[in-house]
Amino acid sequence: MTVLTDPPKESFRLSMLINDKRYRSLTFQAIALILLIMAISYLASNLMANLAAAGLNISYDFLGDPAGYDINQTLISYNSQSPHLQAAWVGIINTLLVAVLGCVTATILGVFAGVLRLSNNWLVRKLMSGYVEIFRNIPVLIWILIFYGVITVSLPGARIYLGEDPERALTLGMFAFTNRGIYVPAPLWGPGSMIVVGTFIASIVAVFAYRSYAKKLLFDTGRLLPTGWPSLLILVVPTILAFFVMGQPIGLDMPDPLANRFNLRGGIQIGAPLIALWLALSVYTGAFIAENVRAGILAVSKGQTEAAAALGLRPGRIMNLVVLPQALRVIIPPLISQYLNITKNSSLAIAVGYADITATLGGITLNQTGRAIECVLLLMLFYLIISLSISAVMNVYNNAMQLKER
Amino acid sequence: MKKSVFLGALTVAGLAAGAAAAGTLDDVKARGTLNCGVTTGLVGFAAPDANGVWQGFDVGVCRAVAAAVLGDANAVEFVPTTGKTRFTALASGEIDMLARNTTWTFSRDVDLKFEFIGTNYYDGQGFMVPKALGVSSAKELDGATVCIQTGTTTELNLADFFRKNNISYEPVPIETSAEGQQQYLAGACDTYTTDASGLASLRAAFEKPGDHVILPEIISKEPLGPLVRHGDNEWGDTVRWTLNALIAAEEMGITSANVTEMSAKAGDSPEVNRLLGTEGNLGEMLGLDADWATKAIMAGGNYGEIFEKNIGENTPIGLARGLNAQWTDGGLLYSPPFR
Repeated sequence: MTVLTDPPKESFRLSMLINDKRYRSLTFQAIALILLIMAISYLASNLMANLAAAGLNISYDFLGDPAGYDINQTLISYNSQSPHLQAAWVGIINTLLVAVLGCVTATILGVFAGVLRLSNNWLVRKLMSGYVEIFRNIPVLIWILIFYGVITVSLPGARIYLGEDPERALTLGMFAFTNRGIYVPAPLWGPGSMIVVGTFIASIVAVFAYRSYAKKLLFDTGRLLPTGWPSLLILVVPTILAFFVMGQPIGLDMPDPLANRFNLRGGIQIGAPLIALWLALSVYTGAFIAENVRAGILAVSKGQTEAAAALGLRPGRIMNLVVLPQALRVIIPPLISQYLNITKNSSLAIAVGYADITATLGGITLNQTGRAIECVLLLMLFYLIISLSISAVMNVYNNAMQLKER
Repeated sequence: MKKSVFLGALTVAGLAAGAAAAGTLDDVKARGTLNCGVTTGLVGFAAPDANGVWQGFDVGVCRAVAAAVLGDANAVEFVPTTGKTRFTALASGEIDMLARNTTWTFSRDVDLKFEFIGTNYYDGQGFMVPKALGVSSAKELDGATVCIQTGTTTELNLADFFRKNNISYEPVPIETSAEGQQQYLAGACDTYTTDASGLASLRAAFEKPGDHVILPEIISKEPLGPLVRHGDNEWGDTVRWTLNALIAAEEMGITSANVTEMSAKAGDSPEVNRLLGTEGNLGEMLGLDADWATKAIMAGGNYGEIFEKNIGENTPIGLARGLNAQWTDGGLLYSPPFR
């Protein structure tokens, strides 16, 4: 028989920081942290000392000075007398615009390509493999330049549409496709147009309400209401009624071929740089998303598909109702990275002259003011905030999609 | 103990960083090479040739300074800089001088703490349009789409010009000259604008240069010149007077062909003697050898020779001297006297 005795109470000694397993890792982490902070503060103080020696200082006063340059595609009011800060805002909004457009189209493209890559049809499968392999293995900058080059070379100049007797008339009297961009009619908001818009928004809400009611009715009573044509009716009819009741308040501002000798005036111009950048980012990232989608689908056990088939579901419904919802759990985390990639890759916009934040704040403003450190710090801050926001939103979505464990 | 060593090292590093700001001339001499910032490649001004040797008008200035300071025109480390990196490279001390067709402006000189040491090319911003457009003046460009090479003063001049004349335009910023050419030739923009010298060098490369005209309006003053960091006056003087020596040499008729002969012994002209170091002690005042200017001129010839060889009328760039002729020929080149 052994006699158990209490282990002697050891008092804490300094050497235990190294020798005792319980404290060792903490010690090293603390040392690493201190070294890191020292290194960063050394670099920062070195920077400040050198800047001071060169007679320079970190100052953001230049943001209030007039920018002095013009930007072609702006969603908010801007002219060359606006301050640099306004130019930065134009850039931020342009970055967000192309990032959002890119994320939406890349997702649609990626999901289709990913699903079709698993198709039983040999031709479709191989075509999609070709798309994925070609687009994700060539750098996105090259794609941006290719798309821009194709638009520039294949579409005609604007002059072909101009004058009393143009070589080419506007398509449908309202669209023009030139190598400077695509011209579409712009809506003119007359008095009372807000009521029409309000009606339309209310209709969308009503459609969702109707569909959830139909679903509830189906689950509760087993009665199947039609959803297709009633949804369409709810969406369209009240809006059209409101439009005519209010006396057609929304008009169209058509591109005008006669107003100027160089360009079409009026309407909305979707610039060629934006189109090139948007398409390139979409197809490039779409190829990656396709692979994520394929991985997600393959991760769903085959038994699920077979079980669904045994219940008599058609293949399309198996994909929509059984496989994709489960695959989403695998797809979403890498999808977040792809969205971040689109946002960050949009900084290549400068290659085709699209005025994103890198082109305005990090390009022309930086160059004109010479405030390189300030501008680059601001750029880093902007991309960091945007990326973290996308991450946060997507993580919320990811958590909502997680397997609910009760 | 260890901590104090570390802090000591920090202090030394900090002091060294501070000391590097002054005494560029001594640094260059000690290093044995001149770090000269140039463009990433603009034929005629600075671009590597087929053998990888940098050639060009701005390169000629770098080589002259290297020859004057180090006695060797090839002791130059060329650092290609973009419109964005050039000022940072100079301010950080990565390069000793910047010779990159940089426009001398008030804010660059005063606010960015640089020292423009003179002008080696008087330029101005112009417009090129296809002849078929039938435009004869830049004021007729209302509503036109304009290709601009981004990151230069051209954007500001353009905005000012159109605002002043109360006409509108659509800017298409272009990152590189090659891309601007593609856009312009495809008709994606109606006109291309940059420094007139750049337009000339661009048009020279077109298949049919005759189909394009450069409009008469020159909308800006673009004095292009080399620059150094603010606050190092010895080094600034060295570069400034090397450039002046090249300009003065042309005025005095000193060329790369006759400089050896003229500097062998004192001649009749006192100013030539002072410049070439056969009389007086100008070199000593600069902290250089007496024959500093002789070596600078030997490197690539006088200003006129460098001009003709790289961008003159017999080159594909084909620029006339124009404003860049000597003041005696009706131009703006005017070197202060060497005495």
